[in-house]
This record gives sequence, C-alpha cells and structure tokens, in this order.
Amino acid sequence: MSILIKNVNIVNSTGVESSVDIYIENSIIKDIKKNLDIEVQKIIDARGLYVLPGLVDAHCHLRDPGYEYKEDISTGSRSAAKGGFTSIACMPNTDPVADNPAVVTYIIEKAKKEALVNVYPIGAITKGQKGEELAEMGSMKEAGIVAVSDDGRPVMKSSVMKKALIYAGQFNLPVISHCEDLDLAEEGSMNEGFMSTKLGLRGIPAAAESVMVARDVLLSEYTGIPVHIAHVSTKSSVEIIRNAKKNGVKVTCETCPHYFTLTEEACEGYDTNAKMNPPLRTQEDVEAIIEGLKDGTIDIIATDHAPHHFDEKNVEFDNAPNGIVGFETALSLSYTALVETKVITLPQLVEKLSTGPARILNLKKGVIDVNEDADLILVDFDTEYTIDVSEFASRGKNSPFDGFKVKGKNMMTIVGGKIVYVADD
Amino acid sequence: MKLAVKDVLGLEYMTPQDIELILNTAKDMKKIVTGRMKRVNYLQGRTVITLFYENSTRTRVSFELAAKYMGAHAVNVSVGVSSVAKGETLIDTGRTLEAMGADIIVIRHSQAGAPNLLAKNIKASVVNAGDGMHEHPTQALLDMYTMREYFGTLKGLKVAIIGDIYHSRVARSNIFGLTKMGASVKLYAPSTLVPPGIEKLGAKLCSSIEEAVDGCDVVMSLRIQMERQKKALFPSANEYTRFFGLNPERIVNLNDNIILMHPGPVNRGIEMTSNLIDGKNSMINQQVTNGVAVRMALLYLLTGGQSQ
Repeated sequence: MSILIKNVNIVNSTGVESSVDIYIENSIIKDIKKNLDIEVQKIIDARGLYVLPGLVDAHCHLRDPGYEYKEDISTGSRSAAKGGFTSIACMPNTDPVADNPAVVTYIIEKAKKEALVNVYPIGAITKGQKGEELAEMGSMKEAGIVAVSDDGRPVMKSSVMKKALIYAGQFNLPVISHCEDLDLAEEGSMNEGFMSTKLGLRGIPAAAESVMVARDVLLSEYTGIPVHIAHVSTKSSVEIIRNAKKNGVKVTCETCPHYFTLTEEACEGYDTNAKMNPPLRTQEDVEAIIEGLKDGTIDIIATDHAPHHFDEKNVEFDNAPNGIVGFETALSLSYTALVETKVITLPQLVEKLSTGPARILNLKKGVIDVNEDADLILVDFDTEYTIDVSEFASRGKNSPFDGFKVKGKNMMTIVGGKIVYVADD
Repeated sequence: MKLAVKDVLGLEYMTPQDIELILNTAKDMKKIVTGRMKRVNYLQGRTVITLFYENSTRTRVSFELAAKYMGAHAVNVSVGVSSVAKGETLIDTGRTLEAMGADIIVIRHSQAGAPNLLAKNIKASVVNAGDGMHEHPTQALLDMYTMREYFGTLKGLKVAIIGDIYHSRVARSNIFGLTKMGASVKLYAPSTLVPPGIEKLGAKLCSSIEEAVDGCDVVMSLRIQMERQKKALFPSANEYTRFFGLNPERIVNLNDNIILMHPGPVNRGIEMTSNLIDGKNSMINQQVTNGVAVRMALLYLLTGGQSQ
C-alpha cells in the first residue's frame, strides 16, 4: 500500500513543518517534501489538518485475559485507534496476571491477530502482583514485555522494590511504580480533604502517594537504576520529583489528563465515574501538575485507560472499582487544557503524548521522519466538539468527561502504513 | 403541604423552608405520640419499608412506629434475612421492594451515598436513616426540634458538639441543619477525630472543651464508637473521659438553662457522667420521643401531606 498525504502540517516534538507532503510505502515513511508528485494507491488531501506521530500510551488496561466483559484486546485497540494512539503498553493486572511468559505471549499473539494498533505488554514486577517474589522478568522480556510494573498493587516492601530495580536494570526494563502507601491510604475511596468530609467518605491522603514517590526516588538514587512514577497526582509528588531531577536522579514520571482537568469536586453526588486511584485531588494539586508539565518535571501524559462495565460502576461509591476510560479523550483534553491555554506548545504536546513515552519504553516510535515507521494521526485542532461517551469504541463508557466541549479531534489513524481509523465526519 | 424534594437524603440538600415545615408539622404529631390514642389515618393504605443494612434499634423502631401510628403498612427488611446476603445489588433490592408497592423506603447503610444511589434509581421516596459517615438527617431534625421546643427558636442558638466528629453522620447533619436555621455550631474532638476541612461546612473548631461549651445553649455529646478503637484513634477510654468527657465540673459555670443532648446509645461514664445523663438538663429521653414525631411529620409530608 502506498499513501500520499498532501498539504499537511507536521508536528514533531522538535517543531512544526508547514504544508508538506508525506509519502508512505508499505509500513515506512519514504519521503517528506513540498509538492511531492508520486503515483500512489491513495491520496489524502489533509489541508488544514495537522499530522502527528501516532500517540504512545505508557499506561493502559486492556482487561484481556480475564475481564473481557470490560474490554478486550480488539475493542481496546479500536478505542486506542479512535483516540489517536498507535502504540499502547498494557498493564499486567489481568486474570491470570501477566507475570510469566505464557500470558505475555498470549497477549502478543492475540494482538497480532486482532489489534488495530501496536500492543506492548508490561509484565508484573512480582509473582501475582503480590509484592513478595520477583516475577520472571528476563523470560518475559524475551516474550516481548517493554517494562515491568505491579500496577495498582504497589510494592509495599522496600527491600523487594530495591531488588526489583536492580534486577530489572540488568535487563534494561523500565520499572513503572504506582506509588501509594497502602497503610496510609487505609480504606479510602477518594482524596482526603473537604469533599471526603462533606460526602462522609474515607479519604486517601495526598501523602499516601508522595511518601512512596520519595521512597522510590531514594531507591533509584541508591541503586542508580531509573524509575518511572505512574500517574502523579499531588503537588508534593511533583516537588519531590523536581528536586530529584535537579539532583541527577534518573526518575521520570507521567500524569493523566484527569489530574490536570478535574478536582475532587467531581465526586459530588457520589459520581463513581470520578472514582480512580490515585483519586482526583484539589485545585492546588491541579495547578502543580500543570506547572510540572510546563517545566518538564512531568515527562509524559498517559491515559490509565481503565474500562469497567456499567453495572460495576452503578453501585455504592465505596464498592465501585477505580478507573476511567481514557484513550478517546486524552488528546483533546490535553490539547484543550494545555495548548489552547498556552501552557505548552504543540511540539511539547507531541513530546508528552508520543515521543516521550516512546523514549521511556525504548520504542522506536514517536517521530515523523524519512525511514521511520508510518504510525501517524491526522488531527483537527480547530473544530470544537462535544465528548459523547455513547460514541466511544471502547466497551467501557465510564468517563467523567461526557458532555465536555473540547478541541483536538483525531480524524485519521495510520498504523504501519495502514489506515485503521477514519472519523465519520 | 408538601416537601420540595422527593427524597430526604440529607440536610445539605434541604431548604430552610422544608426544615421549618417539618418541624412545625412535628409539633402536631407529637400530640399523637404523647396522647393515649396513638392512631391516625394519615398514611392509611401507604406502605413504608425500612431497609436496614446496619444494626439499629432506636432509629428502626422509631420509623416503624411513626409509620404505624399513621396507619401505614410498615415492613422491616434487615440484611441478615434478605436476599442481600445472596449478593443482590442495592438497586435491585430497591426495585424489588418498589415493585411490591413501597411508597417510601427508609434506608440505613454503612456506606455513604447509598441512599443517593437508591433514590436515583427508583421512583419511590427514599429517606436516609443514616449512611456511613455522611448524614443522618432525621436525627438532626429531631435534635433541632428538641432545641426549638425548649428555646422557642433555633435562630441565634449556640450549640457545641463534642466527640467523634470524624465518623459522625449526626454531626454533619446537625452542622448543615443548624447553620441553615441560623444557629451557630462549635466543635471539639480529639484531633485524630476531626475530619479535614470541617470548618468549611460553617462550624467553628475549638481548641479546648472549655472554649467549646463557653456561652452555649446546647451541648451535644457524640457516641464514641468503641468498635473503631482497634484503629487507635485515641489512647484509651479513660484518657478520652479526662479530656473530652462531659462531667458536672465542666458545665458548672454555664448558663443554668443549658441543655445536654446525645444521639444515643450512650457509653455511660465515658462521654457523659451518669448524673448528667439522668439530670435535669438532659434532653436524651425527650429526643427519643421527638424522633417519632419528627419522623411522622416527614413521612406525612413526603406522601403529600393530606390530612384526613
């Protein structure tokens, strides 16, 4: 298949190139020039649109195997494609847990058959995510994992975390840490603060996160092995990471769109679509996250796409599972909250959503250039539209953003030179 | 006469006009509760179901009697003997009870927001009889009724609430209700039992029990939930009593007209000494009587408030 995209503005993390043509042959970008005149099978006139390297998500949940009623590799990949993600790294909290090469192989093989986008499994740090014994990281790397993480079940024992860093370091596997001191979090189901007091719900203090961020930063400094902090949500976490970076610690981190667009007030009325872990925090935290994105303390934006069934969320707040879907809102929320408001530039947005995550996961992705993989998206940044969860391709409709007016709509997704998604209008 | 709302989920959501209407109506209801012939037909043909996911004696009996005194069918559902034990969801249980003809479902639940969830999913009226650490609106209404009956008005009253504020739905409902009706609220508790941001609800947090009770018209003591003691929120009952308990010395210098309240059940000698509980300033038994009257008023107004 050969494609010629005409009259497009290319946004890389390094800058914008206006009104050029992109020539794709098979799965590779063959040429980028003004006024290319080549015989191709398909010509796309993309005047007025921007082409970005396909987005890369370092943190999502595809629920497959084990929870296919929430999402599976096929539906998850369709949701990703619709949202503009061409490469996604999925967390190991499946059933069975991806803590061995067999489950990893299952995911990779199923993705080859059914997925519209590139799927990269993340293996567990410990067997069964139990935080006790190291999982077979080496064998899982051979099977295809790109990182290790115990996801929502933080490695509480510092000695295990220290060994995990050292061992993963030997295999050059990034370690992604969900930072939460479970002892401090107790049985909390939202942020501890005024809203938890008003709603009478048990709170998770901000310190439950930052205490463990500090521990992991110190362990990274001690071992000399990089650590990647998942979904940073608090002001104090941002400050700890900022200082660590200043001191040369090899720490990177991500946040998610909901941590810079929503506060704990979204839990009003016991809205379980505002329940996630870490929980939505306060306005002060939101501002600190935005500042962290601006000054580079926060390296990347991940979705933490966490689909759940309607029935699971339509229960008492305490009983509802954590998490919201994110693939189909991340780009527009990030653009609207960060670029429209001039917090960051368009190339910086590409850094946060594509080039940066690719670098952290050691993927050769996230760049539009000759001889690079043809993973591209075409985006309309000008037209405002309304988020409608009923239109999501994901099996999960659990989003607090239904009805939000945003800009930054993905119009087309190309993965490996194949058009896998085209917007209806 | 009708309330502006379908459900009574909390005093946060209730207008001062509705609170006033309930308290005024309760005045007439109290005559029935304290009279010899405890039977009117205001709720004849109506069905009131109490759905209790948490143990309770006084609140459940109070609602049941309130419904029965007005001629309603009153049915109790408690967790141990229901299909909840079989894993049925709250919404399904609620819809089942509604399908059997429930006009009002009175729910108590250990989780905050459970009544809100139920109300959103059924057409019958939902009355919150206490949800987790959130609200206990009928308790606060009966407390306010008791204060108003004694002092004639709530406006300008100074109320101190002492004890476990953190876990207390009674405290939250009283803060919402009292501040709406023009009273002021001071709080005092072991600092481990003060929920963050509580002052933003309009109450003043004090730094000593003396400061809290100074100049007060009402001192309300809250139950220490001994079952939560495994979390070590204060060192011992003995220490609690020394620093946070009410005893005659602590109120000796106060207005002779002061009233003492407690939502019950009381841990005698811990939150309050027995001579205060049984003394002339105590309103604890009146609170219980007023609870039935207030709940009658509420059920009556929720079903349309037509006098027969």
